[in-house]
Amino acid sequence: MATAPRSATRPAKSARKQRAAGRRHPLATVALIMVGLIGTGGAYALFTSSATAETQTAAAAQLDDGGKLFAANCATCHGMALQGTTQGPSLIGVGAAAVDFQVGTGRMPLAATGPQAEEKPPQFTDAQVAALAAYVASKGPGPAIPAAEYLTGTGDAAAGAELFRINCAMCHNVAGAGGALTEGKYAPSLAGVSAQHIYEAMVTGPQNMPVFNDDNISPADKANIITYLRYLDQTPTPGGFDLGNLGPVSEGLFIWIFGLGAVVAITIWLTARSN
Amino acid sequence: MAKDHDGAEGSIVGTTVEKYGDNPPTAGIAVVVADQIPNPGFPPFRPRVTDLYPEKARQQERRVSALFVISIIGSVFAIAAYIAFPIVPGDIGSVRINNLLLGVGITLGLLGIGFGAVHWSKTLMDGHDLVEQRHGTRGTAATREKAVEVFTLGNKESGFGRRTLIRRTLIGALVVSPLPAVVLFRDLAPITDPVELLRHTLWDKGVRLTRDPSGTPIKASEVTIGSAFHVIPEGLNDHEDKLEQKAKAAVLLMRLKPEDLHVSADRADWNYDGIVAYSKICTHVGCPVALYEQQTHHLLCPCHQSQFDITQEAKVIFGPAKRPLPQLPITIDADGYLIARSDFTEPVGPSFWERKL
Repeated sequence: MATAPRSATRPAKSARKQRAAGRRHPLATVALIMVGLIGTGGAYALFTSSATAETQTAAAAQLDDGGKLFAANCATCHGMALQGTTQGPSLIGVGAAAVDFQVGTGRMPLAATGPQAEEKPPQFTDAQVAALAAYVASKGPGPAIPAAEYLTGTGDAAAGAELFRINCAMCHNVAGAGGALTEGKYAPSLAGVSAQHIYEAMVTGPQNMPVFNDDNISPADKANIITYLRYLDQTPTPGGFDLGNLGPVSEGLFIWIFGLGAVVAITIWLTARSN
Repeated sequence: MAKDHDGAEGSIVGTTVEKYGDNPPTAGIAVVVADQIPNPGFPPFRPRVTDLYPEKARQQERRVSALFVISIIGSVFAIAAYIAFPIVPGDIGSVRINNLLLGVGITLGLLGIGFGAVHWSKTLMDGHDLVEQRHGTRGTAATREKAVEVFTLGNKESGFGRRTLIRRTLIGALVVSPLPAVVLFRDLAPITDPVELLRHTLWDKGVRLTRDPSGTPIKASEVTIGSAFHVIPEGLNDHEDKLEQKAKAAVLLMRLKPEDLHVSADRADWNYDGIVAYSKICTHVGCPVALYEQQTHHLLCPCHQSQFDITQEAKVIFGPAKRPLPQLPITIDADGYLIARSDFTEPVGPSFWERKL
């Protein structure tokens, strides 16, 4: 925008030499550059201010705002038309649930490339996340944000626990404490994750998690799984310190360091001469 | 007391001299080392502060008794805590606090005695080094002669060497008596050939793939791309030895884009439009391999980190497993439900002795 007038004025300058009097004022070039710079700068300021502003978006303008937020924050990797680039996958048909999970937990926008997107403080307000989700959902049908009736955590915890052990526990640990995957990837801990984000993760399969659609685990069963995870969050461990619920790794480390350490210390004390 | 720093050798109580006279038995070393390191003896005696200063000794005395008092307090505390924080039926938190306080009290009670006793012996009891000889293994000549005498007398009185009929039948009875145990324990082995049990699962031609644990059949259209279904054969829940059968027949169902799959010619019709089914039992030592990464299409075994690449027919790409996971050939029936084309074409799970593959 700013360079176009500059290249256009160059032949005008050389023409002035020949004709001694040009049609344009000598300061026209400078003025045009100024106009161009102010124009791009203003547009940039408009975009960035809409990306960070805390202002509430009206319901009618939500899609429009979502589009602007997307263009300013997501389109670099996911493409202006959500078609995806070499840097990021296509978002057509991922649905509002995927956006709400990825952006609402701070996983997106990505801070840096790595084995997987990590949870961090969300960059956007709830209203902005909702606007982005509405915008992405408008470009292709996909899983919607779950209905509130499945998120109350009042289902059957025992049934949820059985489903969790079969479908989730191999990666997320039977107590939801998370676990390692290959090449630096990991299944995160589920402690304290909101019911809505748990549901959305099951439906959309973020990162390397497989998809558990409603035909595989019905919405009522998903509500049972959420109930089980709520139960884990709210029930103290009867055995004392849970050491992160990581199983033999943390427990073994604890006994090796503190248990054997105490045995070594007592042995040294037993055999040391008193002064 | 043996030799000590005072050089007192007046008493022979407890020494080798007392027990074995002038010929002490060897400690049992068969080889006499030529360049044996000479016994350096004890380091010079160094008196402790409690040996030199009576007020220090009194201080340590108070410390030892303080440890015993701590033990008393701990034991009383354990009783008080057990009464004050009872286990309330149904309240798991009360079990936790009860066990914690009880454990702390008993620990103080026992450790107080132990630490006090050790501290007492280290600071106040006699501090001289001493040697206690190990007991020899060989008895004295008199003891050995007496033993031979007893056996000879026993043989003479019972006639064990003379009455050969009794001797032989007794030996025969002793040999036969363990045989019932052999028969009993042999009968604990599986009735059927274990190799056949390992070779076959509940999967067969036309058996529907159903969800674990509900047992409801799965339509191919329900398995969307990126999905992972945990699958059991139809009818497993009604089977009498359900868990044994599940341990062999558990399957993981995944859908990939068909172009991502590298299908070998003889397995061309084993997947259905990118839906593949693989045994969940690791070929290393039989852990359930179910950590499916839907972007890399790798399956990770949590026990020993074996990794299988689903795009390459579960080829092992890392870890101790040696064989790919067996693939279950699948197709759909007239109603659109996924069914098995046959049983697994090879035994699932880890290798066993009779396995030919």
